[in-house]
Amino acid sequence: MYFESIGDLIFMAGHGKYVWTCYGVFIVLLGLNLVSAKRQRNKALQHVKALTRRQS
Amino acid sequence: MNNDKWRMPKWFHQMGSPKWFYEFAGPLQLWFALAAFILLSMGIAWGVAFAPADYQQGNSFRILYVHVPAAILSQSVFLAMAVAGAIGLIWKMKVAFMVARSCIAIGASFTAIALITGAIWGKPTWGAYWVWDARLTSTLILLFLYAGVMALNQAITERNTAGKATAILAIVGSINIPIIKYSVEWWNTLHQSSTFSLTQKPSMPAEMYLPLLLTVIGSYCLFAFVLLVRTRNQILQTQTQTSWLQQHPDVTGT
Repeated sequence: MYFESIGDLIFMAGHGKYVWTCYGVFIVLLGLNLVSAKRQRNKALQHVKALTRRQS
Repeated sequence: MNNDKWRMPKWFHQMGSPKWFYEFAGPLQLWFALAAFILLSMGIAWGVAFAPADYQQGNSFRILYVHVPAAILSQSVFLAMAVAGAIGLIWKMKVAFMVARSCIAIGASFTAIALITGAIWGKPTWGAYWVWDARLTSTLILLFLYAGVMALNQAITERNTAGKATAILAIVGSINIPIIKYSVEWWNTLHQSSTFSLTQKPSMPAEMYLPLLLTVIGSYCLFAFVLLVRTRNQILQTQTQTSWLQQHPDVTGT
């Protein structure tokens, strides 16, 4: 590892707050996209299942 | 437009069939998900903890590994959206409109990530979170364009009409993409010029460059995954009256 310790990895010689915030933004926003896509699928499947049940 | 004049291969028209697309995309999306997970975790771990710090910027340069993929994807996704929209308009293909629609949220997210991470990176590097230079401004306009496409799509209830309208907006808005790309060459900008070029060797050493390649490709895979999931979702929403879907194992649970 480039850094001497985990503490150094977090602090990054003073730049830690900038770097970790950016990675946080990346992961959170993309994570929300994944969750949203999954929920959209669940909702759509539920709807089709309900319709199919009603029709049969 | 006479289809005989533009003879497209069989697979092109096959993709336009909701049933065919749904089946084809199912296993494919899993591969993209796996690739995205592996490439992004490796790229991020490498870039954050193992790559050497930059001589001038120190550790803040590590923001590169999320900022650059987000910026690249924000533009690529917009173009993909415009191309899909154009295909929908020319070949009257509903699945193409669905693909275009699937691009909106993820594209806007990448743009927002690029802008936010760029602003945060700007503070230790330039001393400012924001400047109105050509690249930053045109990327902000890209975000507004995404918002416009999103709003237009939601404002029009009839799906086909919504597809056509958003396709036209996406196609017209694409003029912004070359502006963003070439802004650093045409104008005097604060933002540095391209890190990446398809034709030239990168100017940074391999240990800095390779994790970036991983996160860029990983982000493309993530986009592909989301695209396939969201398009299949729209197929689920619109094909409720078809027998193929009503009898599909995903629905019947068998």
